[in-house]
Amino acid sequence: MSQYQVKAGPEAFLPPAAASMGVILPDPGECHIEGRIAPEEEGYEYAARKFLEAKVPTIFPGPLVLWNWNENATKKAKAIRALADALPARLIPMADYRPKYPKIDAEAEINPNHPNLTIWHNKIDVCIFVGVHCHQANLALKIIRGGTDCFTMAMCAQAGHEDACLSFRDASVEKITKLMDAVNKLKKEGVKSQAESFVQIKMTSSGRVA
Amino acid sequence: MNKPVASPNRVIKSQHVKLGTKNKMDQTYTDINTMFYDAERTPSFMTGSEVIRQAIKVASVGTSVAYPITPQSEAAALIGELYSEGYLEEYFRGESEFAVMGQCAGAAFGGHRVFTTTAGPGTLRAMENFPMWAGSRLPIQVCVTMRGVNSPLSIQPDTLEASYLLETGMLMWHAETAQDLYDFILKGFIVAEQPDVHIPIATMCDGFFVTHTKDTVMLPPENLCLTPYDPYKSPVPCMDMECPPIRMMRDPFVMKSNYISYSTHASWQQEVRAAVERSRKHTIPLLDGLIDVENIDREILLVSSGTAVSQGREAIRLLEEEGIKVGLVKIKTIRPFPHEEIKEATKRAKHIFVPEFNMAGWLAREIKAIVPNNERVVAGPHVAGGMTMPSEVIVEEIKKYLGIEVARK
Repeated sequence: MSQYQVKAGPEAFLPPAAASMGVILPDPGECHIEGRIAPEEEGYEYAARKFLEAKVPTIFPGPLVLWNWNENATKKAKAIRALADALPARLIPMADYRPKYPKIDAEAEINPNHPNLTIWHNKIDVCIFVGVHCHQANLALKIIRGGTDCFTMAMCAQAGHEDACLSFRDASVEKITKLMDAVNKLKKEGVKSQAESFVQIKMTSSGRVA
Repeated sequence: MNKPVASPNRVIKSQHVKLGTKNKMDQTYTDINTMFYDAERTPSFMTGSEVIRQAIKVASVGTSVAYPITPQSEAAALIGELYSEGYLEEYFRGESEFAVMGQCAGAAFGGHRVFTTTAGPGTLRAMENFPMWAGSRLPIQVCVTMRGVNSPLSIQPDTLEASYLLETGMLMWHAETAQDLYDFILKGFIVAEQPDVHIPIATMCDGFFVTHTKDTVMLPPENLCLTPYDPYKSPVPCMDMECPPIRMMRDPFVMKSNYISYSTHASWQQEVRAAVERSRKHTIPLLDGLIDVENIDREILLVSSGTAVSQGREAIRLLEEEGIKVGLVKIKTIRPFPHEEIKEATKRAKHIFVPEFNMAGWLAREIKAIVPNNERVVAGPHVAGGMTMPSEVIVEEIKKYLGIEVARK
């Protein structure tokens, strides 16, 4: 059996879960890059380079960092905002997990049950999930891999996501900051962001405000 | 499909904030590795039902819900004694097995470590709840003390009910002995509750053969107990008044008929099965592999699970006396099914016999589906309905198949 690789799609009408194809999650201190286990340090540079090469780099913050439910969530949210500013990348929230009917505002939000709509609408080519519950993140990552060409990444607070093309585990403020440091280091070395200009949409808990 | 995990040195270490502290019963919250590999273990002579009690006594279980059905009733009653002594926070009798499993779901949604027991028709009556548990990512443990399910009524040992559980999305571990049962219950909580797994587990044993016979079991000290379940490691939102599970159950996508709804449902089912696969990484170090093997270089192998393995061991000894050499593969986990391990262990075998305590031969079917040249697999011998499987019956099956004359007394 050839080693299954978790590449950007579009892969299939219904792609398999990567775990069912033999992809194993990283241990502490490791990450996975397209299904290959690698040292975490390698992942930071790989992720930073992917972000800087992207036209529409996007961060999808989930409920665990969107809501001020504990002190650590607030710190993580600030670190994520700093990462977005450093890249620059747009922030599109996944505020909760229920499907949006009759129609999602695909420009402003993402949902795990139909994340491809947001990817397609905004032409997002590289993204990272952070603060999304693992089950919902895996659903979304697999659906994105199935139907879009977006390179997906995950900064997971637990064991990581093999359905992302690149995944960190045990996410913390320090790790988010390390990713930002990797971005800044590449920029100092002359790597320029290829991101198209954009206006960050502003939202509150009651919806879009600007 | 799944490749074997090639890292036997991976161990799960608890990072729970209560690790090293004491509970109200003066037990110290202890890492599973310490309980099983460092702490001194002493022998006790007890029935399988008593073993279940002993395991739950040190498992830091929050809620257990009971309903009487033979042969698990005694274990359920013994857990009630533990509750009266203060070892559990909640224990009550449900209205039926269906209700019990729903009540277990409620307790697990609320963040408790949950344990229950069932058997035979009880398992089938509760069936709708098992895929619901898995889909809701609830790491509930149900100990299934297997018995007959059919009419005319039989309360006797029979492993047919396991076949109904195969596609529920639960982990399924099959204990051969009382020692297995003790170990599987405690280790099962740890594996099932890993954030990347987080699905229910059925720890199964053969009713009566394990539950009602006494055996020597090595136990760690009773003043140690597992670290508690941490609901904030859950891959789905914890239930609270802001996020009751009914919102996920009731709201669309469940009710919609469109491509997005279907696609999400399919991906959801894939994710549950992916969680089963992820459990391999945690199970292999804790159970020392998904299978045990003995003499697998031999041309004839017995491959089985549960009590049939014990009978197989004696059959191998009897055959050895006649100069017929047979190897053994003991399957410990039915889900995840050890595809690669079984393929590797049986690659040299010319004949693979699968003795089972049921009429369906579900385990033989599982093995036939994954090994090359599956005409090598002989589904049998089978007994059911409470029959024992004398070792001589296995001997006879093998000799008959090989064309060796069987002497009748």
